[in-house]
Amino acid sequence: MARVIVDVMLKPEIHDPQGEAVLGASRRLGFGGVTGVRQGKRFEVEIDGPADAAALAAIEELARELLANPVIEEFTVSSG
Amino acid sequence: MSDKDTVEVAVASPEQPQPFAELGLTAAEYAKIRDILGRRPTAAELALYSVMWSEHCSYKSSKVHLKRLAPNEEQARQLLAGIGANAGVVDIGQGYAVTFKIESHNHPSFVEPHQGAATGVGGIVRDILAMGARPVAVMDALRFGPADAHDTARVLPGVVSGISFYGNCLGLPNIGGELAFDPCYAGNPLVNALCVGVMRHEDLKAAVATGPGNKVVLFGSRTGPDGVGGASVLASATFVGDERGGRAGDDGDGKATASKRPSVQVGDPFMEKLLVECCLELYAAGLIEGIQDLGAAGIACATTELAAGGEGGMRVTLDDVPLRDPSLTPAEILMSESQERMMAVVTPANVAEFLRVCAKWDVEATVIGEVTGDGTLTMTWRGGTVVSIPPQTAADGPVYQRPMARPGDLDSLQAAAPDGLDRPKDGPALRATLLALLGSADEADKSWVTAQYDRYVRGNTVLAMPEDGGLLRVDEQTQLGIALATDGNGRYCRLDPYHGTQLALSEAYRNVAMTGATPVAVTNCLNFGSPEDPQVMWQLAEAVRGLADGCAALGIPVTGGNVSLYNQTGDSAIHPTPVIGVLGVHDDVSGRLAAGFTTDAAQVVLLGATREEFGGSAWAHVVHQHLGGRPPAPDLHAERTLATLITTAASEGLLASAHDLSTGGLAIALAESCLRGARGARVTLPGDPFKALFSESAARAVISVTPGREDDFAALCASHGVPAAPLGETGGDTLTVEATFEVPLDELREAWESTLPALFG
Amino acid sequence: MTFPGSLDDTDAARAARYAGAEPVPLWHADRDLRGVDAVILPGGFSYGDYLRCGAIARFSPVMAELVPAARSGLPVLGICNGFQILCEAHLLPGALTRNAGLRFITRDVRLTVANTDTAWTSGYAPGQQLLVPLKSGEGAYAAAQETLDELDGTGRVVVRYASDAPNGSARDIAGVCNEAGNVVGLMPHPEHAIDPLTGPSGDGLGFFTSVLRAFAGAGR
Repeated sequence: MARVIVDVMLKPEIHDPQGEAVLGASRRLGFGGVTGVRQGKRFEVEIDGPADAAALAAIEELARELLANPVIEEFTVSSG
Repeated sequence: MSDKDTVEVAVASPEQPQPFAELGLTAAEYAKIRDILGRRPTAAELALYSVMWSEHCSYKSSKVHLKRLAPNEEQARQLLAGIGANAGVVDIGQGYAVTFKIESHNHPSFVEPHQGAATGVGGIVRDILAMGARPVAVMDALRFGPADAHDTARVLPGVVSGISFYGNCLGLPNIGGELAFDPCYAGNPLVNALCVGVMRHEDLKAAVATGPGNKVVLFGSRTGPDGVGGASVLASATFVGDERGGRAGDDGDGKATASKRPSVQVGDPFMEKLLVECCLELYAAGLIEGIQDLGAAGIACATTELAAGGEGGMRVTLDDVPLRDPSLTPAEILMSESQERMMAVVTPANVAEFLRVCAKWDVEATVIGEVTGDGTLTMTWRGGTVVSIPPQTAADGPVYQRPMARPGDLDSLQAAAPDGLDRPKDGPALRATLLALLGSADEADKSWVTAQYDRYVRGNTVLAMPEDGGLLRVDEQTQLGIALATDGNGRYCRLDPYHGTQLALSEAYRNVAMTGATPVAVTNCLNFGSPEDPQVMWQLAEAVRGLADGCAALGIPVTGGNVSLYNQTGDSAIHPTPVIGVLGVHDDVSGRLAAGFTTDAAQVVLLGATREEFGGSAWAHVVHQHLGGRPPAPDLHAERTLATLITTAASEGLLASAHDLSTGGLAIALAESCLRGARGARVTLPGDPFKALFSESAARAVISVTPGREDDFAALCASHGVPAAPLGETGGDTLTVEATFEVPLDELREAWESTLPALFG
Repeated sequence: MTFPGSLDDTDAARAARYAGAEPVPLWHADRDLRGVDAVILPGGFSYGDYLRCGAIARFSPVMAELVPAARSGLPVLGICNGFQILCEAHLLPGALTRNAGLRFITRDVRLTVANTDTAWTSGYAPGQQLLVPLKSGEGAYAAAQETLDELDGTGRVVVRYASDAPNGSARDIAGVCNEAGNVVGLMPHPEHAIDPLTGPSGDGLGFFTSVLRAFAGAGR
């Protein structure tokens, strides 16, 4: 049993109003040094067996098919 | 100890100390439980009694007063199921029945506004579903602290997003409600959700477990630690801040106790949507003998109420309850308030088909027990009996005659009439007062809130906010429909709970009539402070008395409702705030009336009598921050004749628009009719312009007459005995009060529309 | 088409009925289009909008029948969540993202019909203005610049918001179509504008009457 982490973010050119709202709130709280926020999703995927190259490739496939929308999102896969 | 605490163990260890106080039970209540059982309760039984006997579930402080609301013969004629069943059911003709109810979710909405409000909607929808009806619409009555307060900016947007999230995803149009602000609600927001459902007469379901051998099936979401202790701890205690930063419970003797911190209930409207469709399919196929929804006190409540409602008893295997969290003890399983769950009683022959329908909708369903003939609710866990009680004793709960005392400050409050307050004396001052009231948070445009709600889904919404009432089409062929309105006024009730409640009832009744519908039934949500405060109890008793007398005078029954107590922070109770919902029947929704002026050159007429009545008024509050004197006098006979006049006039096509007068008086009503109709009006006011514009006398409406029908309408008013004063006519792009002031529509709109966006973004 | 969580399916059926067509209920789990002449993917919150709107519904068994049928010319209309499903299924380009104001918006919006050659808009006049309800939280149309240019250049924007899109949609795009013009997706709800009694106008009925001409004409 292993865990694979998939992080999904909107592509840089896609407007992220949620990230902007969080940025505004951060600055209002006094975190003046924060200059940008983008909001994404983190998936914790549990799999049978080890998180080897084959398993990670399979999860990349899952990410492409389901977890991310390639039109507007990109992702990274890592073992957790 | 808790999961090994069987009945056997309890019998053998009578002196075992038990945490009854932490669970919200008094010593006397604990002694009574021991008395009923003839032994100490097991941990699971203690949990069960603690939630069933909590104020929220048992109504122990309010029951004696609520008895007054039982319908008389005239009122009962249209009822199919009255108070006590999950929600009152009313016959609306053509073989249709309507069930509706309003319920509170106040305390959770303060703690976690989004989920608190969302789960409030979920709960009331399941109540309606459990009656055998398809839920068809929701409404929300919201009250917050001052609009510009820091915490209001936390609570209000969260509550609105929660109602939006849950109601929209469930596919129920939101057709109306209220939004009000007052400092008294600052630590105690009021979130009252109404749901209405429609069914055919023969679909009515009962919450009874009949027939020994029938199976008990739990279906919907899995059971987790959501809200464990919520009913007994949260809604039955006032908020007392403590150094640890958590919410502590007050066990009634003044000591703040560290109670188990309830985990916030999280709603899943998608699961609820599946549950709705699944249940309706089960009902249509005749697969259910009895059904109960799981709300406050979850499985504890559903099992005791189903068992108590039937003739016999019930046996439940708690091990069979599907769990989200395998570490739950039997006590926790019983108290869990996990959302989106229902419990049904099914004949053995129907179980397979029942499970197949659930599987089709991806709804998990499990047989957890069966109906027995032994008059006992028995529950086992890992082979041991952890609950063995007479279910009626838990379902009925204690009945308290709490001490009552008229508030000591009421005489001086009532004596402090607003007569001496500075009044606007000339045109410009009156004009400025109008704009100040129109832009005040209570009167301003509520689109910031209402645009977040879907009003269109299901395609039967004829009228929705900001109209006086929501109007739904029930039958596409015959155009039969139903109208709904909710109203409350905490300030009126603070000054005089008896008359203030009648005014709330009057307003909701009047609002329904403005759509052209005939009012037929009432629901109510009584929001009050702590029942341990005799002054609050007096207010509650007076409010219920006012409601009972008012409904009898109007000839319509109270079909059910909800009581929410302990709405106070420390010693400060909220204003007594009964929220009254009225249901009406419209026999042809295509003839509906709305508030906006629809055509130019239409005669504008003020209906009803205006007196000098400013106690608790919007003017006194907004301009002078004053609360004192007496509220306007209700006149229930005049409300009846006004309503009959409107419905008759509507059916004869005499009216182009109708809008009732309420807070802010004629000034606000005229401004709203102009803004809604996007056209101005030119009027002349009789007598003192300040009184004419801002008095809040009851039983009044401003209408515009279908051009050409002025004489017919005047004759109708005369024959109905309704005072009718022609004021002028519609048209132009200003609201003009002759020889007093003139306001362009753009300026009216700016004052009205900018308030909430400026506050909440 | 009903998916778990679809909400405006009965309203779409009513609109089809008002237009003179026979509404046929389709179920997400059945690999069966029941020989219909056109399909409407209705509004709602299929699968609760979990993961992304329409992301789970697009893998329903019925979609395995719908996608090839759509590619072969079957008229398909995706409304709101239906539009989201069509984008996730790559039958239409682009994607729908969170409203710019972050809040769910219910508002009657003015739309301009930009393309009257599609199966669903042939009954309108070019440039005709419609008053139709918008009710969504994730209605901002987004796509790569090249895609937006192509849509504009080939006339595949079907409806536009007549003034600023309240949800921040790129280029005020309210609805688009595929190259062949048989698949149309739009965020606003024409099925809620078929009767002034229950909606802001009757302007939306044209979507449902237009497609009837498509049956009468071409074979399949």
